[in-house]
Amino acid sequence: MTTSNKSDGPAPGHTRMGMEVSHAAARAVQQCNVDVVAAYPITPQTHIVERLSELVANGEMNAEFVPVESEHSAMSVCVGSSATGARTFTCTSSQGLILMSEVVYITSAMRLPVVMILANRSLSGPLSIWADHSDVMSVRDCGWIQTFAENGQEVYDLTFHAYKVAENRDILHPIMLNLDGFHLTHVVEPIDICDQSIIDKYLPEYEPLFQLHPDKPVTMGAYGVPELFTEAKKNQDEALKAAYPHILEAWKEWGDLTGRYYKPVETYKAEGAKTLFLTMGSIGETASVAVDGMQERGEDVGLVKLRLWRPFPFDEVRKALAGADNVIVLDRALSFGGPGGPVSSEIRATLYGLDHAPTVYDYVVGLAGRDVKVDDFEKIANDVRSGKARKGQDEYVIYAARE
Amino acid sequence: MQDFTVYVPNLAPKDEEFKPGHRACQGCGLALAVRLALKASGKDVVVATATGCLEIISTPLPYTAWGVPWIHVCFENTGATASGMEAALKVLRRKGRIPDRKVKVLAFAGDGGTVDIGLQALSGALERGHDLTYMCLDNEAYMNTGVQRSGSTPYGASTTTSPAGTRSIGQHTWKKNMPAIAAAHDIPYVATCNPSYPYDFMKKVERSFEMEGPAYLHAYSACPTGWHSATELSIHIGRMAVQTGVHPLYEITNGKLTLNEVPEKLQPLKEYMKLQPRFRHLTDDDIAPIEERVHREWESLKARAAADAGA
Repeated sequence: MTTSNKSDGPAPGHTRMGMEVSHAAARAVQQCNVDVVAAYPITPQTHIVERLSELVANGEMNAEFVPVESEHSAMSVCVGSSATGARTFTCTSSQGLILMSEVVYITSAMRLPVVMILANRSLSGPLSIWADHSDVMSVRDCGWIQTFAENGQEVYDLTFHAYKVAENRDILHPIMLNLDGFHLTHVVEPIDICDQSIIDKYLPEYEPLFQLHPDKPVTMGAYGVPELFTEAKKNQDEALKAAYPHILEAWKEWGDLTGRYYKPVETYKAEGAKTLFLTMGSIGETASVAVDGMQERGEDVGLVKLRLWRPFPFDEVRKALAGADNVIVLDRALSFGGPGGPVSSEIRATLYGLDHAPTVYDYVVGLAGRDVKVDDFEKIANDVRSGKARKGQDEYVIYAARE
Repeated sequence: MQDFTVYVPNLAPKDEEFKPGHRACQGCGLALAVRLALKASGKDVVVATATGCLEIISTPLPYTAWGVPWIHVCFENTGATASGMEAALKVLRRKGRIPDRKVKVLAFAGDGGTVDIGLQALSGALERGHDLTYMCLDNEAYMNTGVQRSGSTPYGASTTTSPAGTRSIGQHTWKKNMPAIAAAHDIPYVATCNPSYPYDFMKKVERSFEMEGPAYLHAYSACPTGWHSATELSIHIGRMAVQTGVHPLYEITNGKLTLNEVPEKLQPLKEYMKLQPRFRHLTDDDIAPIEERVHREWESLKARAAADAGA
């Protein structure tokens, strides 16, 4: 996010409040005037849905809250509700996501503009409730638009962006907004809450292109014969890629209204730096503090943060990384026995064949909420620049794992 | 007294919302069940369907046999999909975003999609009290995948995964009593129905929509392909299922059970089984204990109905 200095106070039309990030997310969902919320409890997503059910119970939100019996049913309720024309929300984490994953793929194939907040958490086993990205990476190819937030303000802002983009008739795709469990969900941050008038300007009432209603019967979810299946998938792929300029446009419009602008690839003191970190999610904040310190000491290190994961911003990634010698990708998920964490694999593929492509180092960090601290970034940067990290020999390093 | 029954067919709606041209097998019981259900629901309905025969016969992209709004998502979630549709209709009506009238919600799933893999989603929908009708189209095995046994396959039936053999009688467990499981959710309306009794069938669909809250209908659906029975006998087999006591017709309204068809004397079970080669390996000695259990359950239903009538 690029914004005016936050210490100046809230932007016009905003109120700054100390608020748990989960409650800020719920506040955004409320301000989006969502019609149906379906959710099943799973840590660390719970505070978001608890708050939403409270808002509905107190009449502060005119919605149906459907307390389902599983995440599979949560997403199924969302499909039924969205297909019937309601603005629909759910949120989950980890095991909940993989339980519902069957329906996650169908939601995007049916082009239903469901919005899901994913409080990122590691997948079992062993059982763990803490943050990493193994859950979201398990549905990497599900066809949803996928964004990552770095702090509470971004979670709040990106929720409006999600509905704005998902319901755009040129797009009509579900959107998954990722935030790190506990590191973001359970912390209190100062959040600039928009006056409703700003939201009303930004987000029009949802008018579905098709909806299940007897006044205009439609058939949804017909099965695909081989003669048509490939074409159906090609359409879906092209539609997801075509969403890209609209995603950017919706961020610009948000920035013009609030002063907070977003980009698919954010850079921080990256201009001309020979070694670049690449992060997704909340560790980007820590990384920026580390970069500040290292640059003060005259070290040639910068930071690139990936906000938009799908559709993947190829050109922006190339632009951001092309001038560097070293790119250090911090992956928060493993691909066992594979070519590296999911992010580094895609970064390598994106840079492949470029003249003077930087060397990509992959550090798997922060599994199940293990802290990634400022000095960890410094240590990793030192290993890479000193040649201690073996160039070209290790596809990935599981950082600081005890033998 | 004048016999009015000849006029009765004129009372059934002529509209066909399950359109001809679909790809069901000859003698398909569930196609008839769906046709009757939509006659009873009328046009003001939205329909959810599980993966299975019904979805496959009616919607090969880009064709559809559905004259009413229809959705298929996947196999085990029909209760949940329908819940979402009901919740959306409720809130959109409240907010004035759709016309202010009741739109019915109707869900169809097979026996596998109901009593096995879909039981959890169905239970959730019934427990949460959504205003919808869920109909299980029970043809007593996974027919769409090639006649594998389900929790709804009757004892002694030979299927592709419970084949009769020298050391097997075929299905060796008793059919899951799904209407009783639905009724245990204390919902307003549970009924068994059978397209061989079309007026009783349509009346029950209508009643299910008159009651506010969840309703569960268990529809017997003959399957010549899976049962290896003659296609022209489907209606007859359906009637025999009721007349032998295998599939009694009853309804449970606000907890009170009523029998809708009480044969003077139950027909011999063998007369039902011999029409269906899935039972052909059974000897008289095999059938006797099955018949005994069918009779015992029938008697207990009668006793329950009598007790509820007296209460």
